[in-house]
Amino acid sequence: MTVAALGIDAGSTTCKAVAVDADGHSVGWRLESALPRVEAQTDALLVALALELGAADGVPVVATGYGRKLVRAATRDVTEITCHARGVFADLGTGGTLVDIGGQDAKVIRIDERGRPVDFAMNDKCAAGTGRFLEYTADRLHVPLDDLGPRSLAAPRAEHISSTCTVFAESEIVSLIAQGADVDEILLGLHRSLVSRIVAMVRGVGLTPPLLLSGGVARNDAIRELLGRETGQPVRLPSAPQLMGAYGAALLALELTR
Amino acid sequence: MNLPTTLSDLRVHGEHLLQFQVLGSTALRVQRLRNERKLGALRMGPDDVLAPPPRALARMQELMSRHYLEGRYANGVRKVAWVTSGAPWEPLEALGFFPVYPENHAALCGVRRRAEANCEEAEAHGYSRDLCSYARTDIGTVLSGETPVGRLPRPDLLVCCNNICQTVLYWYEVLAHHFDCPLVVIDTPFLYGEAQEHQVAYVRRQFDEELVPTAERVAGRTLDERELVRVMLEARDASQLWREVLDRSRHRPAPMTAFDGFLLMGPIVNLRGRRATTEFYRDLLAELDARVERGVGAVAHERYRVAWDNLPIWYRLSKLSKLLAGRGVNVVASTYTYAWGELAPLMDPTDPLGSGARVYLHPILNRSTGHKLEAMRTMVEGFSLDGVILHSDRSCKPYSLGQIDQRDQIVDTLGVPALLLEADHNDPRAWSEEQSVNRIEAFIEMLETAAS
Ligand code: SF4
Repeated sequence: MTVAALGIDAGSTTCKAVAVDADGHSVGWRLESALPRVEAQTDALLVALALELGAADGVPVVATGYGRKLVRAATRDVTEITCHARGVFADLGTGGTLVDIGGQDAKVIRIDERGRPVDFAMNDKCAAGTGRFLEYTADRLHVPLDDLGPRSLAAPRAEHISSTCTVFAESEIVSLIAQGADVDEILLGLHRSLVSRIVAMVRGVGLTPPLLLSGGVARNDAIRELLGRETGQPVRLPSAPQLMGAYGAALLALELTR
Repeated sequence: MNLPTTLSDLRVHGEHLLQFQVLGSTALRVQRLRNERKLGALRMGPDDVLAPPPRALARMQELMSRHYLEGRYANGVRKVAWVTSGAPWEPLEALGFFPVYPENHAALCGVRRRAEANCEEAEAHGYSRDLCSYARTDIGTVLSGETPVGRLPRPDLLVCCNNICQTVLYWYEVLAHHFDCPLVVIDTPFLYGEAQEHQVAYVRRQFDEELVPTAERVAGRTLDERELVRVMLEARDASQLWREVLDRSRHRPAPMTAFDGFLLMGPIVNLRGRRATTEFYRDLLAELDARVERGVGAVAHERYRVAWDNLPIWYRLSKLSKLLAGRGVNVVASTYTYAWGELAPLMDPTDPLGSGARVYLHPILNRSTGHKLEAMRTMVEGFSLDGVILHSDRSCKPYSLGQIDQRDQIVDTLGVPALLLEADHNDPRAWSEEQSVNRIEAFIEMLETAAS
């Protein structure tokens, strides 16, 4: 198990690193909440992972994510679009339409049969339709993040949340609660609102099945379920949805050695 | 030129003569010669991503600076017309008007980072942020008097043509109210397909019944047919040359980038119908031909060729141009710069007003979204493009309408990657650096993987 390359995804919410061997198999990973000092955090994360796996010095590193330009150890930086496409393609062995919902952006990437991204769309210049939207509102409702999915799915009906703006949605929730609305129904409404934005983006790029889902929000069952319902397509998840950017980055780093 | 009749007239004429014709023009000429020498001596260094700009840039700067300098002293000496970018200028040129293009002035404010303050000035007076940022920049300039060119002359006449958008109608009404001067509106029916004869006749009638009589009255003289023919000839030749200049970028490597074009288009927009403008484009063309012959590209290592749709992002021109060039991407064509060249074949100097009616019906923004798609298709093929960047301009609704479908069509039917980039051409507050650069880089990576 020798580490041949490393990938690091310095995202807005979490920071992830993945190590791969010469065959491109993941041999180890780390994930932490993102800290404001990207340089220091990514340095430390890479060193920790390399030490843990006994990686040699000078292993190539590709960085991705919003902080990618701040990763001092990186040999190259590549956007999340390319890295996610690469990671998911390698993990699932298929192209298709990938929905990746991260902390601060949501993207839809069409991946061709050779694993190349051929088209993509990203959310507008705001955090609506992203993980942050759920995080804020979950916080407002005092519901732990991991309970969001199951509780939404348990709701018999959905409250209608009309605002897609994270901040305005929050005030909508406050008034719904004041009117005595059920928390789970509000949650389901929130998930629907998010998914409807994502589905609009999917339509923009065009849905080439299979529909793939990655990013931290993929852990949320309700998103997966609603996305499948809205698009009429089964949703496939890679083995570690949150790590796909870092994994793809590691695979690109591996290519640098060839 | 108006002749001085009073003492204060004499003073105004004297200033125009001294400050503009003698001192200013001489200083600008000297400056240009110096700049030409500087540009001519520039060589591309090993780390440069862009070739030095064409030497003609110095001449362009002189023409435009001279123009805005004359503007400072124009009131009282020449009649001044403020006109929209798609206004039928030629009759006004023939009548001796001094032109002010508020859109161009606003773009200049954008490049010089002065647009935001003027937009805010307009907003403080109640103009909505949803209005076009050109309109807000201009109205802000009028209200604050703040301009990078020192001073804009007051209009004696306003001419607004709705062949670019409907915003200009209300914008010019605001100007007419503010300056209390005559406003001529030329209404150009939207073209869903080919122009119908009755549409051409309708526009022509407005020239005959509104534009020319009002302009003659303001100018205090009648339109000289021979002068109009001469102006139309110059306008056609310059437009034709401009088109050829743009077409030189069909060569690989392209001798010029669209970013150069955004700057070099100044004279064809502002000074159409003058001999100096025609000569400027003739020189520019010769310079580009020499580049083509020597195989010199505007981008050091041109690997990918893309087109730009919609207005430029004025306050990010140089950053974007370097970002793209640094990755071997040359923006070789744009629907925007083309708009001032593609109508040259419709210009007929033997029938200036008749052909003018046709010309001013045909700007790309007065034609269907399908037409624009076709234009982009032709560009993709003619310029051997690897991709298209569509700037979705928050301000310019008519240009941005249909872009989502146009983008999809380009991707689906031509198999060429296309990026929709959200921004605003003049209001930097609508720009998010991180997100935009991220999208552009992802787009470039797509070009790279497509080629691999
Ligand atoms: S809306 Fe568009 S066409 Fe109209 S003035 Fe603004 S930029 Fe020009």
